Amino acid sequence: MVDLSINCGGIKSPNPFWLASAPPTNSAYQVCKAFEAGWGGAVWKTIGEPVMNVVNRYGAIDYNGQKILGINNIELISDRPIEVNFKEIAETKKLWPDRAVIASLMVESTREVWNDIVKRTIDTGCDGIELNYGCPHGMSERGMGSAVGQVPEYCTMITEWVTEVSTIPVLVKLTPNVADIRFPGRAAKKGGAHGLSLINTINSIMGVDLDTLELKPSVDGKGGHGGYAGVAVKPIALNMVSQIAIDPEINLPISGIGGISTWRDALEFILLGATSVQVCTEVMHYGFRIIDDMLEGLINWMEEKGFRSINDIRGKSLASIADFGDLNLLYKTVAQIDESKCIQCNLCYIACEDGAHQCIDIIPHDGKNQPKVREPDCVGCMLCFLVCPVDDCISMVRKDDGTEAITWNELMKKLPQPLTWEALRQFQAKHGIEIH
Amino acid sequence: MKNIAPKLTPEQYEQNFAELHPPFTSNSAVAEANRCLYCFDSPCMKACPTHIDISTFIKKIATGNLKGSAKTILESNWVALTCAKACPVDVLCEGACVYNERGEQPIQIGRLQRYAIDWYFEQGMPTLFTPAPKNGKTIGVIGAGPAGLACAAELALMGYDVTIYEAKDKPGGLDTWGIAPYKMTQADSLNEVKLIERFGVKIKTGVRIGKNLSVAELEKRHDAVFLGLGLPSPTRMHIPGEDLPGVYDALEFIERVTTRNWKSVDVGNRVAVIGAGNTAIDAITEAKRLGAEQVMIIYRRSRNEMSAYDFEFELAKHDGVIFHFLTAPIRILGNSHVEALECTRMKLGEPDAKGRRALEPIPNSEFQLPVDMVIKSVGQKANESFLSEIPNLRIQNGQVWVDPETLQTSNPKYFAGGDCINVGKEVVHAAADGKKAAHGIDKCLFSKESVNKSGKHG
Ligand SMILES: Cc1cc2nc3c(=O)[nH]c(=O)nc-3n(C[C@H](O)[C@H](O)[C@H](O)COP(=O)(O)OP(=O)(O)OC[C@H]3O[C@@H](n4cnc5c(N)ncnc54)[C@H](O)[C@@H]3O)c2cc1C
Ligand SMILES: Cc1cc2nc3c(=O)[nH]c(=O)nc-3n(C[C@H](O)[C@H](O)[C@H](O)COP(=O)(O)O)c2cc1C
Ligand code: SF4
Repeated sequence: MVDLSINCGGIKSPNPFWLASAPPTNSAYQVCKAFEAGWGGAVWKTIGEPVMNVVNRYGAIDYNGQKILGINNIELISDRPIEVNFKEIAETKKLWPDRAVIASLMVESTREVWNDIVKRTIDTGCDGIELNYGCPHGMSERGMGSAVGQVPEYCTMITEWVTEVSTIPVLVKLTPNVADIRFPGRAAKKGGAHGLSLINTINSIMGVDLDTLELKPSVDGKGGHGGYAGVAVKPIALNMVSQIAIDPEINLPISGIGGISTWRDALEFILLGATSVQVCTEVMHYGFRIIDDMLEGLINWMEEKGFRSINDIRGKSLASIADFGDLNLLYKTVAQIDESKCIQCNLCYIACEDGAHQCIDIIPHDGKNQPKVREPDCVGCMLCFLVCPVDDCISMVRKDDGTEAITWNELMKKLPQPLTWEALRQFQAKHGIEIH
Repeated sequence: MKNIAPKLTPEQYEQNFAELHPPFTSNSAVAEANRCLYCFDSPCMKACPTHIDISTFIKKIATGNLKGSAKTILESNWVALTCAKACPVDVLCEGACVYNERGEQPIQIGRLQRYAIDWYFEQGMPTLFTPAPKNGKTIGVIGAGPAGLACAAELALMGYDVTIYEAKDKPGGLDTWGIAPYKMTQADSLNEVKLIERFGVKIKTGVRIGKNLSVAELEKRHDAVFLGLGLPSPTRMHIPGEDLPGVYDALEFIERVTTRNWKSVDVGNRVAVIGAGNTAIDAITEAKRLGAEQVMIIYRRSRNEMSAYDFEFELAKHDGVIFHFLTAPIRILGNSHVEALECTRMKLGEPDAKGRRALEPIPNSEFQLPVDMVIKSVGQKANESFLSEIPNLRIQNGQVWVDPETLQTSNPKYFAGGDCINVGKEVVHAAADGKKAAHGIDKCLFSKESVNKSGKHG
C-alpha cells in the first residue's frame, strides 16, 4: 500500500490533491462535494475586499479540435461577503476534519486590516492561510494581488503582517508575472511564510474577434488582459516550481499549481519539488470526478515503480536539472527511421529540410517515397522525432560510446580565451563533429 | 455431402478470418481516447446494458492509467473483452455517442475497451479485485456462458462459494463456441474465464445437469441455483428432407468453425442458409470464408423484417451473399445427400390490427435452387424437457419467467438470466443479467436470514 498523505508546511492532507483557490471552491456546497469525490484539500476562493464582477469573465483557446487548451479570466476574488465565506469554511472543516481547508486572503494593504482578517480566519478552524499575491487584473489596480507579488518588499511586509498574528501555517501564492520568480519567493520566506504556492495566472490577452475587432472576451465591447491558466501554462509553471525548489535561499515546502490536468502532470510537479498540487481549470472543465483517475493513476504508478510515499518521490527529478554550461557536449545521438513502421507521411523530411539541417532524403522504393536519414549529417536536434505521428518509428540512437564527456564550462577552461571560431572548429573536428 | 468446396491454403484461411477490427496501437488509442469529450452522465454509458462508465475508462486510457481503465470496465462487465470485440456497438454505446448528434464519427468505444483489456491480460491480470471473506453460502450455476460467468464472478467477490456446471468440455458458452472467428477467438473467451476462476469460482466442465448430475442433487448441494442455460436446442423446420446428409444446424456448423481447425470443416460449393438473423449471417459469411463458391440466404420475409443488423447485412453483401427475400423453403431435395432446395415465393399481406403483415405464399411460384449444403438458422429454443425437471418453474413464451428486479424464477431457489430469459439477445445482456441475478440472490438469501441474524448483511 502506498501512503499518499502529505504535510505541506504544516498543513496535512490525506493526499496531495487540492483544489486551487478559484470558482470550484466558491462555496461549502462545492468543497464538500469535492471532498466526497476524494479531493485531499481545498484552498477557498480568495476572500477579502468588496468586489463586483463583470460578465463574460472567461476566454479560452482551443487547439486542433480540443476545447480549452488554456483559459483566461478577468474574474475577481470572491464576490460573497467575508462573513458568509467564514461561516461556510467553519462548517466545511467541521464536516471534514481530515481534509485540508485553506483560506485564501486578499485585503487592503494595511497592517490593521491584515491583522484583523487573519484573526478571524483562525477562528474558523481552518488548517492554513494562503496569501493571494497573484491576481493580475482588477485587484492589482487597487494595490492588491500581483501589485504585491511583483514587488519583493511588499511581499515581505504583508507576509510579516500575517505571520506576526497567525497561529496556523501561511502559504504565499506567487504570481508568475515577474522576471525572476526566486525574488518574490525569497521575500515571502523573509516575511516568515511556511510554504509557497505557485503559479497564479499569467497575464494574457485571449484574442481578437475578427468580425467585431473587439477583444475576447468582450464586456459590452471592451476587454482587457486577464489571467491565463490551464494545460497550456504547465511548462512555465514547472520551470518556476523547480527554480523555487532548487534555490538554496528558499528551501520551503511548495504547493505546485498550473496546468495540472492528470496524475501525470501532478507527478511531474512532485518530482520537481512540490509537496501538494492544486488544480483549477481541469475541474472547471470536467468536474470534481477527475480526482478518481488522479488518485488511482498516481497510486498505480507508485506501486509499479516501488515507491511507498510522496516523500519518496518529492524532488526526485531535481538532480537532473543542470545549467546549460554543465551539459555534455560529446553526447551524440542521431535519428533512425524504422522503415517497417514508416507510413511515408514525410513530415520528418519536410521538417528537417526546411526547419532543421537537410539530412533526410526521400528515396523512391517499391513505389513509395521512403524518407531516410543521412546519419553522418544528422545533428541530433530531435525535430523529426517530435513530428513523427507513428509510435516508435523514429528513435534517437546514441552514437558516442560514453567514454568521453566535456561540458561547455570545462571546455572554456581548456580553450584559449577569448574564444575563436577556429579553436572551436578544431575541437569539433577532433571529435568528428561537423557543422554544415 | 457432395461437391465439397476445395480446401484453401493456411494463409488463405488466416486472411479470410482476419480480424474485422484490428487493435489500436498505443498512439492511436490515446489519440482516439482524447477525442472523447468525457461527457458527464454520458449517453454511451446509459446505452450499455452493463452500464460501463465509458467516458471514465476512456479518460483513463488518455492519461495512461490502463490498470484503472481495466478496473472501471471490469467492475461493470465480467466479459468485457468479448463485449469489446463482439458487441453490436453501432446500436449500443457507439450508437449513443454524442458525436453522432454532430454528424461525426462516434468514439470507437469497443476498440478502446479492447485496448485496455488486452493490456490487462497481457500484464498477466494484476490483482484488481479481492473476494470478500466467505459468507458460508454456496451457489450452483448451470452453464458457463456469459450469464453464468458474470453471476459467478459477482457472487464470488461477495464471498459466496460458487461452482459452475458446464455440459461442454470448454467453458465460455457461445463466447467460446458461437462468436465468429473474425470477431474474436476461443482463446479470448477462455482468458476471460481465467480471470473469473481467480476469484475462486470452480468450473466443472463436461457435467450436464439432468444427465451427469441430477437437479435434486444440485439442490441439495447449493443454497441457490442460477440458470444460465442459453438456448441449447435448435428449432426444427418440419419440412421434407430436413435430415438429409448435407443439412446442418447453424450452431453445429459454427461451433466447428470456432475451433479454427478450418481445414477440417467441409462446406459445399453452393451453400444456402435458411433464416436471416445474426446467426444466419455468421453462418453464411463463415461458409464463404471457408471457400464456398456460391452463398445465399433464404428468408421468408423482406429486408425490413430481417433481424440481422445493418452492418451484418453489409458484411454479407460484401462477402458476395445473395439474399432471396420473400422466399420460403418447402422441401430439401436429394437422394443420398442434398442436391437442391425447393422454395416458394411469398408476399406480405395487408397489415392486421396490430400492424403486423401476414405472410402468404404466392400460388404456383415454386422453384428449385441447386445447392450442396443447407444450413438451418431459424432460431434456438430452451431445452424444455430439462427445464420441466425443475419443480414449479414457470416457462412463458419459450423462456424462463423471472422477476425483472431480482431475476428470481417462480421457484424461489432458482434465478435465471441470459438467452434463456430473453429468447436470445447479445452477450452483453447476458453479462448484465448475471450480475443482476447475483445481487438478487444476495438480497434473497440474506434478507430472509436477516430476521434471525439481525440484518447483519450489506
Ligand atoms: C452463432 C452466434 C453468434 C453470436 N454472435 C454474437 C455476437 O457477435 N455478439 C453478441 O453480443 N452476441 C452474439 N450472440 C449471442 C450471444 O452469444 C448470446 O446472447 C450469449 O452467449 C448468451 O449467453 P448465455 O450465458 O445466456 O448462454 P450461452 O452462451 O448459450 O451459454 C449457456 C451455457 O450453458 C450450458 N448448458 C446448457 N444446458 C446445460 C445443462 N443442462 N448443464 C450444464 N450446462 C448446460 C451450455 O453448454 C452453454 O455453455 C451470438 C449467438 C450465436 C448463436
Ligand atoms: C476563473 C478563475 C478564477 C481564479 N480565481 C482565483 C482566486 O480568486 N484566487 C487565487 O488565488 N487564484 C485564482 N485563480 C488562479 C488559480 O487558483 C490557479 O492558480 C490557476 O488557475 C492555475 O491553475 P490551473 O492551470 O489548474 O487552472 C483563478 C483561476 C481561474 C481560472
Ligand atoms: S458519448 Fe461519446 S463523447 Fe461522450 S463520453 Fe461517451 S464516447 Fe465520449
